[in-house]
Amino acid sequence: MSATGPGFVTQMLSGWGRFPVERCHLYRPESRAEVAAILASGTQRSYVSYGLGRSYGDAALNREGGVICHTRLNRFLSFDETAGVLECEAGVNLAEILRYFLPRGFFLPVTPGTKFVTVGGAIAADVHGKNHHKDGTFANFVLDFRLLAPNGEILSCSPLDNPEIFWATVGGMGLTGIILSARIQLRRVESAYVLVDYQKAQNLDEALGMMSESNEHYQYSVAWIDCLATGKSMGRAVLMRGDHATAAQMPPRVRNPLAEPSRRRWNLPCDLPSVALNSLTVGAFNALYYASHRNASQQLVDFEKFFYPLDAIQNWNRLYGKRGFVQYQIALPLEGSDAGLVAVLERLARSRRASFLGVLKRLGNANAGLLSFPIKGYTLALDLPVSKGLVPLLHELDQMVLRYGGRVYLAKDAVLTAESFAVTYPKLEQFRGIKRKLDPKGLLASSLARRVGIVET
Amino acid sequence: MPSVLILGATSMIARAVAAEFASHKYDLILAGRSPEELNALAADFSLRHGVRIRTQIFDVLHPEGHESSLEPCLCEAGEALAGVVLCIGYLGDQAVAQADLTETRRILETNFTGSVSALNITANHFERRRTGFICALSSVAGDRGRQSNYLYGAAKAGLSTYLQGLRNRLFHSNVRVITVKPGFVDTRMTFGRPKLFLVASPEAVARGIYRAIVRGKDVVYLPWFWRWIMFVLRLVPERMFKRLRL
Repeated sequence: MSATGPGFVTQMLSGWGRFPVERCHLYRPESRAEVAAILASGTQRSYVSYGLGRSYGDAALNREGGVICHTRLNRFLSFDETAGVLECEAGVNLAEILRYFLPRGFFLPVTPGTKFVTVGGAIAADVHGKNHHKDGTFANFVLDFRLLAPNGEILSCSPLDNPEIFWATVGGMGLTGIILSARIQLRRVESAYVLVDYQKAQNLDEALGMMSESNEHYQYSVAWIDCLATGKSMGRAVLMRGDHATAAQMPPRVRNPLAEPSRRRWNLPCDLPSVALNSLTVGAFNALYYASHRNASQQLVDFEKFFYPLDAIQNWNRLYGKRGFVQYQIALPLEGSDAGLVAVLERLARSRRASFLGVLKRLGNANAGLLSFPIKGYTLALDLPVSKGLVPLLHELDQMVLRYGGRVYLAKDAVLTAESFAVTYPKLEQFRGIKRKLDPKGLLASSLARRVGIVET
Repeated sequence: MPSVLILGATSMIARAVAAEFASHKYDLILAGRSPEELNALAADFSLRHGVRIRTQIFDVLHPEGHESSLEPCLCEAGEALAGVVLCIGYLGDQAVAQADLTETRRILETNFTGSVSALNITANHFERRRTGFICALSSVAGDRGRQSNYLYGAAKAGLSTYLQGLRNRLFHSNVRVITVKPGFVDTRMTFGRPKLFLVASPEAVARGIYRAIVRGKDVVYLPWFWRWIMFVLRLVPERMFKRLRL
């Protein structure tokens, strides 16, 4: 640190969708003392934490404000092999955890679709995976975490210790304080592979029917949906459901079941021109994807391919070019979810906006996180390239989602209005109350927080 | 298993050097100022690489305490101690230091006198053992004084000359002395500073340091092209250089 205080870089930052792009003052502390010093320095009006930048919109951005990057606060602190409990700094990412602990027989109990997220980000967004219907969110496996409050105090939070703050921070998008470290419960596994059943559904009805009928039999369940198919084929999908392969289920050709399978890494070295992705090319891709899958059962798939298919392509967000894209992810309650999903898919298909495969998952019960996204029902996620008319379309969809009692996922969102947000997240006022007590001066704020009205502009 | 002592272990380059040695199965002795950071590093390296770590409180700015903080780790490590890497640097604020003796002292004592005090102790230890290596991080800034950082440059220049002499003395005791001169490295020291170029990652620099030690080099520029950049810079005649605003 120089004599003049913590250094920062002013640069244009964006989330994974590269929309919006905002000017932020980026800090990169290398020690815990530095984080506290940054908050206390008073150089910026407010700050927000930034991990690996995998939220899609502006959740980790702070226009003309401070952004604290945690990538250098990424140390493992302790590991209890018997209990399978790992304590680590919030900047540790899930890929590192897998790299060092999967060979020892431990997997992440809940993981989102990319392993390039930090533990702090996983807690702040309360991420979920393909097993929410059985295991809930990431928070279910967080025993406790240490939070740096805006007044400089370090609070230990768990469902028993400061539970109010725990459940405000889980899903709280980094707005209650700075998560410094956490203890997470890892899951014992016998191999790095999953045994998967593939089933094609000819339309949405069939897909929903299959999921509600037999999801209980699987630990993991996900359906890839063709969002451009219309008519009788609307919502045609490929269901991929499976469980961790036990050692006994491994074929003899795999000598070390816990070894990371060698994988080829692709990289998109530059932005694709905006004409590359349109309803024709994407429609063709979706049709091919659907056609190429066959029903198959008990296929041995390595964990990378099953959990993190897109991580194999570095910088895949460049597919959407410089204009970027929005990932629209909604949750709809069980009651009326089929009607809601049909309405959304119909509206999208009519708009002819290119969306690669959508992802449909069944969600289990909500947890006590005040702003946590998952509610019992279904979640649909799809990518839409940024172009004229996109924002009004998304607002139209938001209204539909609102009418069906659903909500939009803040970790992906880039356009939600404050009015829609307040209606769809009924515990907002409770959250505001806790935040006001913890952070009276509003030291923690983000562009997202201002946009959806969690904090005043 | 061999071990290595790292002085100034909590800096980013030091962390990368420690990780590099740990990945080659060296046990580590981490010496630095902050017990909290040292313990976090120790836990991390031990979990990632399965090597043994010992931590030691060490403050380069308190040379009176160097003997008592360093002698125990040097002796305890015994025959297994392969060498020491000194990763201590403080760029400071040139403008502030020009008017403020405290800042000037801090720059000179961190980069030169404090570092020399620690290196003297390790030099004597290895000379007695007649084996080992001493590696210290100097800087390209020491190769030529320029207006924007000449206090830092002067201290590092002093350190480089000290290491040169030490290399000469210890040659006869079979102890190797390696001078590492990094250019711009992506750390706290350079973060947010304008007009930087060819900034190297701490991991790349650490790999270079490990290789230099293992291959028995004397003076190493990291990345390699800085040797030639400084070569050219040193050729510029003084009457021209003094007019520049580098």
